[in-house]
Amino acid sequence: MALQQIIFYLFASLVVGSGALMIFSRNPVKSALFLVLAFFASAAVWMMLEAEFLALILIFVYVGAVMTLFLFVVMMLHLEPAQLKGGFVKYLPFALIVLAILIGVMVYVFLPVNISENSVIEHSAEYSNIKALGSVLYTEYVYPTELAAVLLLVAIVAAISLAHKRRSKHVKGQDVSRQLAATKANRLRVMKVATEPKVKDE
Amino acid sequence: MLLLSDYLILSAALFTLSVTGIVINRNNLILLLMCIELMLLAVNTNFIAFSHFQGNIVGEIFVFFILTVAAAEAAIGLAILIVLYRNKKSIRVDELNTLKG
Repeated sequence: MALQQIIFYLFASLVVGSGALMIFSRNPVKSALFLVLAFFASAAVWMMLEAEFLALILIFVYVGAVMTLFLFVVMMLHLEPAQLKGGFVKYLPFALIVLAILIGVMVYVFLPVNISENSVIEHSAEYSNIKALGSVLYTEYVYPTELAAVLLLVAIVAAISLAHKRRSKHVKGQDVSRQLAATKANRLRVMKVATEPKVKDE
Repeated sequence: MLLLSDYLILSAALFTLSVTGIVINRNNLILLLMCIELMLLAVNTNFIAFSHFQGNIVGEIFVFFILTVAAAEAAIGLAILIVLYRNKKSIRVDELNTLKG
């Protein structure tokens, strides 16, 4: 068996094993950490597919940002274990049936005899995945890239405005409905001011 | 020599696992979101495998956009989860019945 195959089966079994431990774990913190392990292992698998940039993005963005966010939320909510119990055993037989059917069908379809496309284009040692990706991303796919940037901005605004706590008494801010309800009558008062008598010049 | 079907079977196993996770963890909304992340990982592995074995970089571009959308989805989903917990003091899916759907 070639070294490449040994490495692939090592990381593939790590991905599947940590995924299984994630879904069967009863503690959400443990599930999040097993998901981090699955991300690391599949980043290694992506490296073997010569997708170095995406593998590093998976580690930086997913493990560094998204999973940290998950862990923050899990720890912030301080869920009681009793609240998360129940339903597991009830759905387990159904889940195992779904698992068996799906995996059976997929493995049968993906057997090597059914997949004709098995030719790899060998790249030279100077081949740069990032250069190849960037030269397509910033020319042909420049508008989708801009749209993705706008989408991230929308996600920032939406997440902050959803999760932001309503302000307390000590924080000054606008009350839009009161501002709109204001009329000229309760804001502006025109007063008659007695003018001084005109001084006659001699 | 690794074949395309090796990668495809790996991602099929991962996808099936996450579907099973969605079925058995019906009471924990955080775990449902994590299962969706695992599902997207399986799909991305498929895209990258096809991209590698067909010598076409567009598959990796697609994965790039999927990662962007998935990050946005995770951020907004967790924000909704926080608001939900603040209002109901629970994230059990079977208690989310106020819409009577």
